[in-house]
Amino acid sequence: MRYGRSTEVLKDVSFALAPGSFHFLTGPSGAGKSSLLKLIYLAERPSRGTIELFGRDVEAIAPSDRPYLRRRIGVVFQEFRLLDHLTAFDNVALPLRIAGGKPEAYRTDVAELLSWVGLKNRMHALPPTLSGGEKQRLAIARAVVNRPDILLADEPTGNVDDAHALRILKLFVELNRLGTTVLIASHDEDLVARSGQPVLHLEGGRLRAFGRSLRGGQA
Amino acid sequence: MSELFDPKRWRPAPLLPRRDPRDGALVFVIAVLCFLACLTALGGLAADRAARGWTGQLTGSATVVVRAMGAESPDIAAGRAAEALAGVPGVAEARTLEKEKAEALLEPWLGRDALLDDLPIPRLVTVEMDAKQPATAAALTQALKAAGIDATVDDHSLWIADIERAAGIARWAALGVFLLIASAAAAVIGFATRAAMAAHRETIEVLHLSGAKADFVVRLFQTRFAKAAALAGLFGASGAAIIGALARLAGGGQGLTPVAPVAWIDLVAVAPTPFLAALVAAVAARLAAQGLIGELA
Ligand SMILES: Nc1ncnc2c1ncn2[C@@H]1O[C@H](COP(=O)(O)OP(=O)(O)OP(=O)(O)O)[C@@H](O)[C@H]1O
Ligand SMILES: [Mg+2]
Repeated sequence: MRYGRSTEVLKDVSFALAPGSFHFLTGPSGAGKSSLLKLIYLAERPSRGTIELFGRDVEAIAPSDRPYLRRRIGVVFQEFRLLDHLTAFDNVALPLRIAGGKPEAYRTDVAELLSWVGLKNRMHALPPTLSGGEKQRLAIARAVVNRPDILLADEPTGNVDDAHALRILKLFVELNRLGTTVLIASHDEDLVARSGQPVLHLEGGRLRAFGRSLRGGQA
Repeated sequence: MSELFDPKRWRPAPLLPRRDPRDGALVFVIAVLCFLACLTALGGLAADRAARGWTGQLTGSATVVVRAMGAESPDIAAGRAAEALAGVPGVAEARTLEKEKAEALLEPWLGRDALLDDLPIPRLVTVEMDAKQPATAAALTQALKAAGIDATVDDHSLWIADIERAAGIARWAALGVFLLIASAAAAVIGFATRAAMAAHRETIEVLHLSGAKADFVVRLFQTRFAKAAALAGLFGASGAAIIGALARLAGGGQGLTPVAPVAWIDLVAVAPTPFLAALVAAVAARLAAQGLIGELA
């Protein structure tokens, strides 16, 4: 893919994530990790090549069906993208609300999840009043709250200390154990190594795979 | 504060910030437009009532000018004419205008001294029609001719046509002004919607990426501007109603100010304003939002 008339950011990227798999996405800054994730969560379109999601060619999916696809993908944005005028609680409840859930049905889940990421006492706080790490944990809570089939996380541990990073990793692993396909873009080599999960390395617009459980395919 | 937060009592907050600094100006502009639209409507109603009142008075009556023929005295001729006219179906009453009154009508033109007794001053007979089935001018003329009286019947139809034409123009003008104001309001709302969507672009994108349908987002803006317009409509209509009430009170006991008679019932006409304003705003915001959302998806 390319942005506008610039040179191609991603050139030779072919891979398939098996349902229920767990991968890290690494690579130098500017390699195109975020761009690759954007393609998967349907924020950008490839200038060439094809992307399949849940066994369907993305380009062939009717626009009216795309929202339902997006609801199955949880995203932790690199820049969080929290809604500043909504409380932490409302931010986390957002995906459930969009999916049409009833507040009575999900509000205890939201509260539990917020406690789990260590924001029990910040539920009513507005994002601008949170620390970088708190924002990050909030963004993660929002991404996982509706148990997505795919979780994409862009530098989810960039702003937190080791203890919190491990806790977040544990959350992802737990989610993966329950069936979610996980792809995490990260610079944190310690974390990548400690997790022992397979790695996709992006450099010069090309993708290489390390570790186990990667199969070839089109993406 | 955070300790007091109880998730069990949580209700979803509005997805767009409740307050927007631009809302005040928007509500003001829409309120002014609604106010003007209401005044136009009240003016239109008053003009309509005035026209109907005048034509009603005129259609209910006719004036017959009787000229004496031969040796017959004008008074006798007028008396005979009144008799003949009273017999026509559809005539409630036919009365001769007394000589003094006829003279009084001519005095400004001829002067007091010129009114000699033997000057053949035409006599007037006023005819009051039966309100349900008024006699036509032709029927009156026929009856006079049959009685051998030289007379001209004026059923005021010329006047009535003039008044009705003027009233028709006033009605169309009111409708035109009303539509003009409505489209101005729609344009303002469209503009405000686009500005609001630009200001909340990040919110829209996050909703979009979280799987919100286009209609979900469009509805947020539609509801927001419909509410603002309804509030503005309430202000505008209240203002116009106050002006209307003042006009009614100033019009005296009958509320019939000569130019624009306002009735209390007319004030009801401004009641739908908040709903109309909300409807116009909802449609305008919807169209503007759909246009912009199309680019996202
Ligand atoms: N919206 C955009 N418009 C134009 N160019 C962009 C845009 N987003 C990213 N790029 C460019 O695409 C390239 C890849 O960016 P990307 O954000 O995907 O890298 P990254 O691997 O996520 O980097 P980092 O590790 O610093 O987050 C960069 O050269 C960047 O300048
Ligand atoms: Mg990035």
